[in-house]
Amino acid sequence: MDRVIKVENLTKQFKNTSAVDNISFAVDWGECFGLLGPNGAGKTTTVNMLSTLLKPTSGRALIAGYDVGTQKNRVRSSIGMVFQEPALDSKLTGRENLEFHAMMYGIPPRSYKKSISELLSLVELSEKADTLVQNYSGGMKRRLEIARGLIQKPKVLFLDEPTLGLDSQTRRRIWDYVKGLLSEKNISIILTTHYMEEADFLCDRIAIIDSGRIIALGTPKELKDSQGGDVLTLEVESASETFTKALSAMAGIRSIKEHQECQKCLAVTLERAETKIPEVLRIAQDFSVKVLSVNVHKISLEDVFLNYTGRTIKNTEEREKVW
Amino acid sequence: MIELRAIYILWLREMKKLSRAKERIFGSLAMPLMFLAFLGMGFKSTAIPGLEHNISYISFLVPGVIGLNILFGSMFSGISVLWDREFGFLKEIMVAPVSRTSIALGRVAGGMTMVIIQGTLLLLLSFIFHFSMGPDFSALRMLVGIASMYAFMVLMSITFVSLGLSFASNMRDAQGFDLIINFVMFPLFFVSGALAPISNLPGWLRFFCYLNPLTYGVDGIRASLTQYSVMPLYLDLFVCVLVAFGMLSLASYFFERSDSV
Repeated sequence: MDRVIKVENLTKQFKNTSAVDNISFAVDWGECFGLLGPNGAGKTTTVNMLSTLLKPTSGRALIAGYDVGTQKNRVRSSIGMVFQEPALDSKLTGRENLEFHAMMYGIPPRSYKKSISELLSLVELSEKADTLVQNYSGGMKRRLEIARGLIQKPKVLFLDEPTLGLDSQTRRRIWDYVKGLLSEKNISIILTTHYMEEADFLCDRIAIIDSGRIIALGTPKELKDSQGGDVLTLEVESASETFTKALSAMAGIRSIKEHQECQKCLAVTLERAETKIPEVLRIAQDFSVKVLSVNVHKISLEDVFLNYTGRTIKNTEEREKVW
Repeated sequence: MIELRAIYILWLREMKKLSRAKERIFGSLAMPLMFLAFLGMGFKSTAIPGLEHNISYISFLVPGVIGLNILFGSMFSGISVLWDREFGFLKEIMVAPVSRTSIALGRVAGGMTMVIIQGTLLLLLSFIFHFSMGPDFSALRMLVGIASMYAFMVLMSITFVSLGLSFASNMRDAQGFDLIINFVMFPLFFVSGALAPISNLPGWLRFFCYLNPLTYGVDGIRASLTQYSVMPLYLDLFVCVLVAFGMLSLASYFFERSDSV
């Protein structure tokens, strides 16, 4: 088995609309694979099909070698889920929620007692374990759910918008847990998100999804490189041709153009802009070019999305809201 | 395939929640008790048409009210799957590697336990209202009668938890809940002979009584606890067993088929 997940032409139609439209991808063992796109792009529908909760209209998906259509219970035993919205019983304690889960997965009490207390300390909830979940904060619930998804030692962990609605501090902590999982446990992760920086930070490879289709797929670096690179905008008093020539000769510079909106500006496309600024300024000094301001635009996955769809993820979501 | 551990943990979850909200047991006893108090006392000395002289109205009514409690308690328990869907917990249950039949059975086991606890309390309380099992009941006959009542309770709770589950599987949210109470539960209750003997009803209405599984359940409990019944006990039992299995299969089918997200 070369790949832990294989998806072939997966499609889900609701009435007349295709929520997921003929997507295919594969995920390697131990990889963190991201599905990035605006709300309503079909990420959760994809996850629901891969986790046997929704029946695909057509197409096929294999998880750890098992078919999600015909070997549902095998698939269910191989995966762990952290849903977009909390799926905890708030009238039970944290520990009881985990015990419920362990028993549903057929783990004998002797082994689950130990692994539950280990997981609780991993997500720093040991002290709150015997409190009813209704008294938990949003971040605590999320951490409890991550712990729960790991009890059965899944081959694939699904994280559906794991940091949605959490404050930035909590988000950072969840990211750290996920990074830790990837390095310590032998696990593959499918992460859906509409936060660029989350996908960029956590994922080995990303599929950008829009209107149920994969519009780009690759490592974060590949996706960003496909856009040319960072843009360094130099505002200068007067640019000389010799100066521009010297700049072009610098390593890592891809192109230099006149800026479209600002007359005195030069738009320099280059790799890792922030590391090149000192040298650019030194060259400017050598040619006695007075630099008035320097602005760096780091290329982000947002630019990738913008380039493929003509709109930003944020705009797409706002448009959805209007409708 | 049936997984006992899954049924057990689903049952245990219900029991833990019940033990943290004990008032639920008493809360749902209020309605049957009011039926007993107001109907039982109100019609105490009235001659009920169709009722033979060897049974008092209160003794006739108690099995009916136990039936009422089973019907409502079980249906609510089945439909409560909708709350699990609402709060997202149903997804957690549905991604577990457990057969859908076991999940349905776990729900049935939880509902059944609650209904049996309530039924027992109701029977004990009914003695306050001068419920009597009959003058010539020996101790042995009483024990057999009570055991037989529990058998009917089990079968009826399987039937009606399953019916509740079937409805819940075909509903998106709890909005149709009032409709089910008014157009399913109350009609089932009124055409079951729980409040008055069905022998008095016009023929077309009696026809519906004979189609109603609750009729056989109430009649069976009545035959077990008192000496009065419309149909022979074995017929009641046969129908209840048949309906319980039928409804359980139907509920599993709907549950398997329904979308869990």
